[in-house]
Amino acid sequence: MTIAAPAEAAPRVPNAAMEFARRQPLGAISFVIICVMMTAGIFCEWVAPYDPLAIDFVQLLGAPSLEHWCGTDAYGRDICSRLIYGARTALVIGFTSSFVGSTLGAILGVASAYFGGRIDNWIQRVVDILLAFPIIVLALVVVAAFGRFAVAGIDVNLILAIAIPIVPRVARVVRAAALSVRVMPYVDAARAAGYSHTRIIFRHMAPNVVAPYLIMLTAFIAQAILAEASLSFLGLGVQEPTAAWGLMLSGNAADFYRQAPWMILFPGVAISLAVFAFNLFGDSLRDYLDPRFKV
Amino acid sequence: MRPQTASACLLDVADLHVHFETSRGIVRAVEGLSFQVRRGEVVAIVGESGSGKSVSALAVMRLLPRLTGRTRGRILFDGKSLLDLDDEAMRQIRGRDISMIFQEPMTSLNPLLTVGLQITEPLTIHLGMSDEAARARAVELLQLVGIPDAESRLDQYPHQFSGGMRQRVMIAIGLACNPKLIIADEPTTALDVTIQAQILELMKELSRKLDIALIVITHNLGVVARYADRVIVMYAARMVEEGAAEAVFHRPRHPYSMGLLHSVPRLDHPRGARLETIEGLVPNLANAPPGCRFGPRCPFRIEACAEEPELLPTDTGAQARCHRVAEIAEGRITWAGSGVAGTAQTARDGGALLSVRHLTKHFPVRGRFGSSGGRVVRAVEDVSFDIAPGETLGLVGESGCGKTTVGRLILRLEQPTGGEISFAGADMLTASAAELQAIRRKIQVIFQDPYSSLNPRMTVGQIVGEPLHVYKLSPDAKAAQARVAELLSQVGLRPELGERYPHQLSGGQRQRVGIARALALEPSFIVCDEAVSALDVSIQGQIINLLEDLQRRLGLAYLFIAHDLAVVRHISMRVVVMYFGRVMEVADRDAIYADALHPYTKVLLDAAPVPDPTIEKARAPRLIQGELPSHAAPPTGCVFNTRCPMASAECRATVPPLEEKRPGHFAACIKV
Repeated sequence: MTIAAPAEAAPRVPNAAMEFARRQPLGAISFVIICVMMTAGIFCEWVAPYDPLAIDFVQLLGAPSLEHWCGTDAYGRDICSRLIYGARTALVIGFTSSFVGSTLGAILGVASAYFGGRIDNWIQRVVDILLAFPIIVLALVVVAAFGRFAVAGIDVNLILAIAIPIVPRVARVVRAAALSVRVMPYVDAARAAGYSHTRIIFRHMAPNVVAPYLIMLTAFIAQAILAEASLSFLGLGVQEPTAAWGLMLSGNAADFYRQAPWMILFPGVAISLAVFAFNLFGDSLRDYLDPRFKV
Repeated sequence: MRPQTASACLLDVADLHVHFETSRGIVRAVEGLSFQVRRGEVVAIVGESGSGKSVSALAVMRLLPRLTGRTRGRILFDGKSLLDLDDEAMRQIRGRDISMIFQEPMTSLNPLLTVGLQITEPLTIHLGMSDEAARARAVELLQLVGIPDAESRLDQYPHQFSGGMRQRVMIAIGLACNPKLIIADEPTTALDVTIQAQILELMKELSRKLDIALIVITHNLGVVARYADRVIVMYAARMVEEGAAEAVFHRPRHPYSMGLLHSVPRLDHPRGARLETIEGLVPNLANAPPGCRFGPRCPFRIEACAEEPELLPTDTGAQARCHRVAEIAEGRITWAGSGVAGTAQTARDGGALLSVRHLTKHFPVRGRFGSSGGRVVRAVEDVSFDIAPGETLGLVGESGCGKTTVGRLILRLEQPTGGEISFAGADMLTASAAELQAIRRKIQVIFQDPYSSLNPRMTVGQIVGEPLHVYKLSPDAKAAQARVAELLSQVGLRPELGERYPHQLSGGQRQRVGIARALALEPSFIVCDEAVSALDVSIQGQIINLLEDLQRRLGLAYLFIAHDLAVVRHISMRVVVMYFGRVMEVADRDAIYADALHPYTKVLLDAAPVPDPTIEKARAPRLIQGELPSHAAPPTGCVFNTRCPMASAECRATVPPLEEKRPGHFAACIKV
């Protein structure tokens, strides 16, 4: 459709965040949820009402009350405080590993589609092999092979262990999207202009596969949080008594959920809310970044 | 033949309005359209994209989206008011009394169902035929539309049919229930010119023989001239002129029809120095200007044009929506040529800028396990030509003839299998990476589809400015910005458009951005791959003129790849004709068009419809028969022998060499 008047160029909104909030109200809400969780995670020492490790034998399996908002667990520890401390583990491990895995996967996928031929074939066969293992099995292999390695209290190898199984999954999906971008005339135009491979991959192809990338990224945050919980359960991830959402769900909560449903209710809600917020935020970000949705 | 009922009028559309509710406001796609179609009559609706022609047809079929589309007015079909029928009754009419043929034969058949099933489906649904009866009728229909060996082809799937054959199947489905009216939406646009000629013949003959009324929606004026008894010209949601085909073509009475007929390059007229064009763009239907819709682009605008004109009867028995109809009829207003005469004729005395020798490209055929097994598709076989500095070489041929591959090989987007390409004396195939980089800057490309040739994530300014940045052609950001503005104004765009994203521009504007991007590297040679074929007629003229202006000003050489013979004739100085990967004929433009030697060139020129109903209706049926050969089983000897009217046993045995039959006129045929 035709654009008529020259003077109708939209006035620049000074603040990109305001613009985002105006166009993607749901995205803004989910961003606030993410921010709240992050703040809670980062400043948990100040925010949490109790020590997450403090055992209180008087309050075993205590129901939610004014004193303990989310109740207490089988050791009498305050669930609310443990959730707040757990946010740190969940966000650091979940978000970082998903981000690292998806980004590596996306670059691999775009490069695979761009070069095509033999390179594409080899990359995809390696991807096939990696895809044959369930996320958790592959993560186990990585942890077992590399052991534990912590930098500033963050378990780098655990992040890698969860990130590596994500790489082939994202690479496969992004490659499919990139294949259709690869045959677009604007990519040919860039090649005809003699641009470098790096430039074509990062400047011309990658921005056009951002939609599947963001969807995969946000979807794998949830998977990563759950994978971290499973690894913890198997004794390879975060260990009891450290507060972690997955651990709270998978530990002895299973034995007590009939008497104390809050033991699984609140960690479950926390994981769902985090997953939901990341998914919604990813969707909004995808729409926001697409110039075609700008009026 | 159906007996004539009392009323001769089959379809009576009165004051039809179609509105769409969109996020950007109400789009008035059709406003106050009234027309009649008589039994057995062929009516053509002509207009550019967005003029409302397809929407009107969908409104008649009641196929518009229910939630957003609003249809108002009266549509009487065979005495029944279609807009008042319930859904069930309407479904009875669709496919039985009115059928529709769509543009894209590749996607309008279901790939998972056999062709037979798709033809018999309407027969069993609408006419309640038994399976055997329906099958017998399907065989009959396939024979009717000229598909040989109909019985066995019923059990085949759509992918086993060529594009032309699929369109024949679509026509067979359309005819299945003996409809009274067929609506064909751009029925031949996606087809090659020789196939288009066959389908046009078929539809015309069938509509006469079976007394079926036909509404043909098209933008191709040649197709209209070939078919139509009556023509409706639409512009920006309104009918601007309606009348007998001869009247509208020979004595148009609306400035838009006049402009449209002037802006197509024509094979039947002497080549003008410059195409006359309609300036400006089609208005946005979401906020259309008051008054005459064509007013802002009309060279004969007067004050009265601020008022929307009524449809006025003309001296030609037609009606036109223009205040100045009487003046046009008296010949006091004629479409003035904006023609700055300037023929870009370059003497070819110097050396060649680009020289292609024995260029060959074979694509391996992937077998089941990825191995080629030695089988190849010979996309380009032994192609040689030269292009002089400042020259335009036209490269014509049907789809699959290898013309686009030749362009891609020159751009080094594909690696040639054999042959040589040298540019300004340097061999491109043995050049080092650095040398190739330097050569690439001098060779640029303009693509066909203005929608997919620009990166949707970059602004126009970024797209045009990127080469400056990569090759550090501008000392600083400010100089780069100034250069982008200069490039944009060079192609006729306002520099403010640099802030926009491609989707905010019209097709013609995007094509101009593509040209500006190509010019940024200051090339001396541009490959134009179907650079104007996706554009509307009036925009196409503007872009061709722009390309010619740039050529004169910057001394550019073009390789102009196209399937439209009239456009190639207009822009080229020499022409190469390709067929099935090989060069058939090379000669100066006038020699090719006035005195073609090769039988394929003759057939191609014969098949192209001319926008003149008198010529078209007097013309004998087209010569060309058959389909393009398959790459799986290429013909032996001359590749054209399977369709050539002159072919003999010798043609099947030897591959004819490209020989100089006359000075500067080469042809690959042993018979001439």
